[in-house]
Amino acid sequence: MSTSNFTRRGLLKTSAVAGAGLALPTYLSAANHAGYTNAPQGDTVTLGFNVPQSGPYADEGADELRAYELAVEHLNGGGDGGMMNTFSSKELTGNGILGKKVEYVTGDTQTKSDAARASAKSMIEKDGAVMITGGSSSGVAIAVQGLCQEAGIIFMAGLTHSNDTTGKDKKANGFRHFFNGYMSAAALAPVLKNLYGTDRNAYHLTADYTWGWTQEESIAAATEAMGWNTVNKVRTPLASTDFSSYIAPVLNSGADVLVLNHYGGNMVNSLTNAVQFGLRDKQVNGKNFEIVVPLYSRLMAKGAGANVKGIHGSTNWHWSLQDDASKAFVKSFGTKYGFPPSQAAHTVYCQTMLYADAAQRAGTFNPCGIAEALEGFEFDGLGNGKTLYRAADHQCFKDVLVVRGKENPTSEFDLLEVVEVTPAAQVTYEPDHPMFAGGALGTCNPGA
Amino acid sequence: MDAIILQILNGLDKGSAYALIALGLTLIFGTLGVVNFAHGALFMIGAFCAVTLQRILSLSTVTLSKTETNFLGQPAEIKTPYVESWFGPEAGAAIIDWSVPLAILFSIPVMIAIGFIMERGLIKHFYKRPHADQILVTFGLAIVLQEVIKYFYGANPIPTGAPEVFKGSFDFGVLLGFDPNTIIYPYWRLVYFGFSALIISAVFAFLQFTTFGMVVRAGMADRETVGLLGINIDKRFTIMFGLAAAVAGLAGVMYAPINSPNYHMGMDFLVLSFVVVVVGGMGSLPGAVLAGFMLGILESFASMNEIKSLIPGIDQIIIYVVAILILLTRPRGLMGRKGVMEE
Repeated sequence: MSTSNFTRRGLLKTSAVAGAGLALPTYLSAANHAGYTNAPQGDTVTLGFNVPQSGPYADEGADELRAYELAVEHLNGGGDGGMMNTFSSKELTGNGILGKKVEYVTGDTQTKSDAARASAKSMIEKDGAVMITGGSSSGVAIAVQGLCQEAGIIFMAGLTHSNDTTGKDKKANGFRHFFNGYMSAAALAPVLKNLYGTDRNAYHLTADYTWGWTQEESIAAATEAMGWNTVNKVRTPLASTDFSSYIAPVLNSGADVLVLNHYGGNMVNSLTNAVQFGLRDKQVNGKNFEIVVPLYSRLMAKGAGANVKGIHGSTNWHWSLQDDASKAFVKSFGTKYGFPPSQAAHTVYCQTMLYADAAQRAGTFNPCGIAEALEGFEFDGLGNGKTLYRAADHQCFKDVLVVRGKENPTSEFDLLEVVEVTPAAQVTYEPDHPMFAGGALGTCNPGA
Repeated sequence: MDAIILQILNGLDKGSAYALIALGLTLIFGTLGVVNFAHGALFMIGAFCAVTLQRILSLSTVTLSKTETNFLGQPAEIKTPYVESWFGPEAGAAIIDWSVPLAILFSIPVMIAIGFIMERGLIKHFYKRPHADQILVTFGLAIVLQEVIKYFYGANPIPTGAPEVFKGSFDFGVLLGFDPNTIIYPYWRLVYFGFSALIISAVFAFLQFTTFGMVVRAGMADRETVGLLGINIDKRFTIMFGLAAAVAGLAGVMYAPINSPNYHMGMDFLVLSFVVVVVGGMGSLPGAVLAGFMLGILESFASMNEIKSLIPGIDQIIIYVVAILILLTRPRGLMGRKGVMEE
């Protein structure tokens, strides 16, 4: 019962905010709120970058940190301004946020929920961070999002792809720019249908945690809807390193497609093992055996080497995109660091810009003011085309890229090619979609 | 039937990695009485010897292309490996292609040296200390080694391919009269199994048929008496530590093409290898090998869907369940000797 109440309230609130936004774009009532946690004193404002600096996702964390540093540089008027020049909102002028110079502190999530919560807590309590952002795992993002909700701090999620982050575990203080499992599946399914037809038998290997489960549910539902049969769904322990004993049963299962709902080291190993076992050279039911990796990451694809060639998946953003914003970001990042940015770097750069812009428009660092400014915010010029920060669940809706491992890479960064840009409308779902149901956004918490 | 044969193959393959690591562990425990938690790190360093040699062989001269551009629109860099300019493009490419087998030669001196430095520099100071101290210091050492590797090579896995001729898989099914493509097994994994069998036999032969091996075995049985006979047993044990490091390193080198090496691959194997040693019997070399293969095969069978549907999650716990059962019925492990770790 309470869930449906919240949904109605959420809908009412959304339309109210949208109405107010249309009538008086510069007026935001929350700007008048009195106290909130870590209100910046003096002429600086501190942001907290909570990324994996150790552990298996340390390379992604390092790339996120590079993008954060670049964003701070741009916000403070340094460098070439990057995507600040292409961003549709022109509130940011390179004069910090609300005239305050942007400073930052960093924490190490270690890709562990408890370590991530501890580092976020320390940045909030000791360093006075007014916003926390980052992460490279859904388990971590959900844990830190919960902490920020309690502390009265805005959480701008980094790389988190589980449906639950803006589904059953969504929070009023949390916002996600990155796409999710449902969107990957909705974007991939039509491409897979064109490539491999409607009469296919899919076998799923799935990492046994929140992200894997929602990814498996999403892709299985999307492929079944277009006529595919799901032969088996096998959960593999997150700590698995050798997947041979999970791959071997695929050989004689009658399946002709293997879906690897794996990420990071799991993806590298399971894909490598599948290719070693000759699955890609196999013919089943008179068709070529195919492998699908729903969530691709270029940094991770590198670990699998030549095994990714010709394999389809989806990604949030890719450096080879040719729109002005992507080109500006790649130029800015590439000039500073000497290599193109990853999708993790892109999403966290966007999140920092979106936060700064929202504060600027709201005229306050009050989380409730910023939340109101972000809810229902439509923007462009950040590399993903027209994007909406939906008020009902704080999820960004934008185009999704379907990519394929490149057959003839020209450099060590040139591993994926964009096959199709799936329009946002095709990956949009209702806020009360069953895969996202169960939680409530609640109300924003400004803290102290 | 075909599924069972496949899982036996799989188990032999996994088992050979467990057996190789456990063999080194048990050698060190049997000779020096040290519980070496840094042994997994030695396996990992072995794999990174393959990565390093691949990188050394791929060292290149860089020229700027006149026609192609990089991602920033600047002239692209064209890399020509030195070995290709020295030995010609074809021979050079072949040398790079064979970097993993070549890394076997490269890794042996490197691993023996690392083993020596570890033993002389750190571990020898802990011979007389309780096992708990040894575990703490070697575990700490493992973390340090891991972080050093991560500092230089990053956290993401690094693809290190087998030579081109070993790519693809072998069709066993046809040999045994099944349909084609029912029982196929990757060539490199077969190579890995053969290689492990070779190394295991070499270690046994060395201990069994050489004077050095005889002294070491005598030292394992009664260190004090051998010392009283005027033999410098400490020196030999140091050499054994180097040898055990080399065995772990070789296991790592050959494992690199199976799964792309990353800095924590040693930890993934370490816990299982300890279970293998304990199940096999502390200090027993044949026990370690037997238990390695047995647990590898059991683990493979437990991942079969037919078995998982009967007992969900069994694949994740089977090794530990079996370890508990064996230790309950045979507290010294399968082939453990009396008096080891029982004082």
